[in-house]
Parts: sequence; structure tokens; C-alpha cells
Amino acid sequence: MSTTYSTNQFRSGLKVTLDNDPCVITDAEFVKPGKGQAFARVKFRNLKTNRVLERTFKSGETIEGADIVETAMQYLYKDGEYWHFMDPKSYEQHQASAESVGDAALWLKENAECIVTLHDNIVLQVTPPMFVELEVIETEPGIRGDTAGTGGKTAKLETGAVVRVPLFIEVGEKLKLDTRTGEYVGRVK
Amino acid sequence: MTGAANWEPTAALAALRLRARLLTRAREFFAARGVLEVETPVLGKSTATDPHIESLRTSVGGSARFLQTSPELFMKRLLAAGSGSIYQIARVFRDGEIGARHNPEFTLLEWYRTGLDHHGLMDEVDQFLQEVLGSAPSVRESYGQAFERWAGADPHAAGADELRSRAEALGLPVFSSAGFSREDWLHLLMAEAVEPHLGIDRPHFLYDFPLELKALARVRRGEGRGPDVAERFELFVLGLELANGYHELGDPFEQRQRFLADLESRRTLGRAAVPIDEKMIAALERGLPRCAGVALGFDRLVMIAAGAGSIREVLSFPSDLA
Repeated sequence: MSTTYSTNQFRSGLKVTLDNDPCVITDAEFVKPGKGQAFARVKFRNLKTNRVLERTFKSGETIEGADIVETAMQYLYKDGEYWHFMDPKSYEQHQASAESVGDAALWLKENAECIVTLHDNIVLQVTPPMFVELEVIETEPGIRGDTAGTGGKTAKLETGAVVRVPLFIEVGEKLKLDTRTGEYVGRVK
Repeated sequence: MTGAANWEPTAALAALRLRARLLTRAREFFAARGVLEVETPVLGKSTATDPHIESLRTSVGGSARFLQTSPELFMKRLLAAGSGSIYQIARVFRDGEIGARHNPEFTLLEWYRTGLDHHGLMDEVDQFLQEVLGSAPSVRESYGQAFERWAGADPHAAGADELRSRAEALGLPVFSSAGFSREDWLHLLMAEAVEPHLGIDRPHFLYDFPLELKALARVRRGEGRGPDVAERFELFVLGLELANGYHELGDPFEQRQRFLADLESRRTLGRAAVPIDEKMIAALERGLPRCAGVALGFDRLVMIAAGAGSIREVLSFPSDLA
């Protein structure tokens, strides 16, 4: 069903199936003794575990491609076990395990638009929006005079994430956060 | 990357000047020794039969031709015709060979010395490196010694299973070991476990190869004192395979057997058949003088002199920009 790739098509970024797992090729080097068999020395990153793997191929060997699709989806809700997402174009719904959602769980609020990576139509990875707006549910009382934002304290957000915020932030305020670094960006008026 | 606007050479001007200087020095080296420079055809009606080398094909007036992968077949015809010692700086072509150390067309410096065996020719290659590259004097050991040290097995005697377990022990995982022959394991272990250690301080020769790797070298029988070996050598500098030489096979009958065995291997590997060079065999029947020959990768020589990590740094226009 899926495509196969021969060693001469190997290059960084190619997504393939190795040991039944989806992997991305990160490096492929051509090794050829003058008179001997040619080899391809290949490095992979397993897209499920992020582990780096190495394999040497004989030139001309083939490997199965991996059916990987990245789609913008809306986060709907979480039940006891799974996070549920919907493709807003097809209305098709997908469920994701805690393992595949990973750290994205810290930033996901209902209706948030995420990038969902599907492998064989199963959720492999969830990437939250770059910036999210979330409400503070727990923090020490604010210090009114400290508008310069020097110093800081921790605040717990409605999704459960705990972030560093300036001293003047109060419970109930909405904050803008950068999900790549987990840093506070500003208050939302 | 490969857009029409990408017209500039990948080699710095300094690398192109260095290449020109090395060409001049190489020609001076041979002129001083009375070795004759020759030119032979790039387009031949036959070509190398090596199972792992693929020739490019074209045609002349509708008749099939192969771009030569090495000038050796033609140069041996010259030797049989009484040329004496000869050398050539030849452009050669090998399909599918692209990488940090490979380009599908490249320059071979190939030379033949009558009256020398492979040890005598290694002496001369050593002098060549000292004079042309300014290298330190080389070291020399047998293929077997180096293989034992770095790969931990006897390359003349170990079976495919033993070599496979050595590769596993050394952390060299292969995608599928199903199709690996003893010869494939030798190549893999050599390339991955042995070569990276060779030629770090000074050029390093390996000689007397396992029989499967005899190519066009004479075979020397061990006669109880050691294994049967092919009188072949390879030269490594900074982990790079730089040259390959033989005490040349002169027996026309044995030569035909090797061509036929190559063709059988090609058939097994699913590679296209190529015609055997009958003119070269006819030349051996006339008589090849006892000689040794070597092919040295000139682009790699420039890489070493320039301290380049990729062949692209010493080629004006690599294949993808040609």
C-alpha cells in the first residue's frame, strides 16, 4: 500500500518505517569500497520515542515509507483516558493517548487549534498552538506597585501548567504564553 | 539548490590552483623516472566486469559503447604491445557513485611499472606521496594483520557467520543481513571498523588480500606457510581509500575465468551483463610483461592536500551542478 524507497532515494527528512515504527532519516552517507559492495550508512530518529537509530544498508535495498500526515485539528475534550480532536474540514474525530499528546497536554484548552501528526491514521504527536491564552487559577496575591514586573512568582493555569509570572499577576487574569518555551508573554486585556 | 541560477563552482579558486599544481608535480614525478604518459579511449565496446561497478552506456553511430570505469584494460593492451612503464591521468565514469567521497565522473591517476611486484610499486607510491603531497614515509602491513587488530577476525579463514557476529559485537547494525556474503561482510567491516583507523599519522598500505578480493591481482599460494592471498594492495590516508594496486595477473586463461565469474556474480546480483574484453585477453595471450599497476584517486589526493571534507570542495562542478 505505502511507497517503498531505495537507498539512492534516501535523504534527510524522508519518513520511513523501521522495525514497525515511523522514523525520519536524519543522515544518509554513501560508503563504497573501490571494488566492493556499496553501502548506505543511515541515521534515523524514531518518531514515537525520539530515539536515534543507525543501520547500514546494501545499496539497492528498499524500505517501506511511513504514511505520515500533519493536519490542523481542533481539540475537543478529554475523557478518562484519551484526548479527542476533530478535523474541522472533514469533521472526522481522532483520539490520542497521553503518550502521544505528551507535553502538549499542558497547553490544551477546549477548542484550541493544534497540529496533529497522524501515522497510519493514528495520532503520533500533537503540537499545540505557538501562543495560547490561559486563565490563572492559583497564585500568591499580587503586589500592586510592582508593575515593572521585576522578580517573579509561580502561577498555576487552568490547564494545570505551572509557569513563572511577574509579581503583579492575580488569580482570574488571562495570560498569553509561548508554548515552545513555556514563558509568560503578557496579560490579555 | 539545483536551480538554473546556481551556476558557481563548488571548489574555491585556491582548490582549483592546488589541483593544477598537483597535476604538474605528478607529471614531473613520472617524467623524472622515464614513465611514458599515454591516453586511451573513454568510449569502449567493452568495459570492466566488476560486479559492484556500473558502467554508463552510450552509442557511437548506433553502435553501443561504455564510458570506461578505469583505463586498465586499454593500458594492459599497450603494455603487451611493448610500451614499457606507462601512466595516465584519466577521466573515468561510474554510475550511481555519489557521496562525500564520490562523484560519478572523476580523475584516476593510473600507472604501470614493468619488472616490479606489488611491494616494489608500493615503494614507488610511497615516494610519490612524499614528493607530491609532502607526506611522511608510509607504514605497511598485511590486510590480515590490520583486519585482526581492528575487526577481531581472520579475514582469510572466518566464515560469514563469524564475521556477522563481529559486526554485531562492534555495533554495526545492518538493515537486513539476509543477502550478505562473506565478501560483503569483509567490505562492511573494512569500511566501518578498519579504514577509519588507517593513515592518521602517515600513509598506510595494506597488502595481500583475501582471495575473494583478488580482482585482477595475481594469487600467491600459501604452501603451508600462510593462507593463499591475492597480491593486491590498497593505500589509506586519513581514513580515505586513496589507491588500489595489483601485482598484475598475466595468465589469459585465468583472466577469462575471472571475467566469467564476475559476469556470473552480476547475473546473481541482477546487474546488466557486459561484454568481455576479448582484445585484452588476446593481448595477454601475446604476453603481458611482469608488472605491477596502481590506480590513485586524484580528486581524493586533492581533498587530502586541501584538507577538504567533501569531494565537492575540489571539483569545479559536481555532478548535480554539471
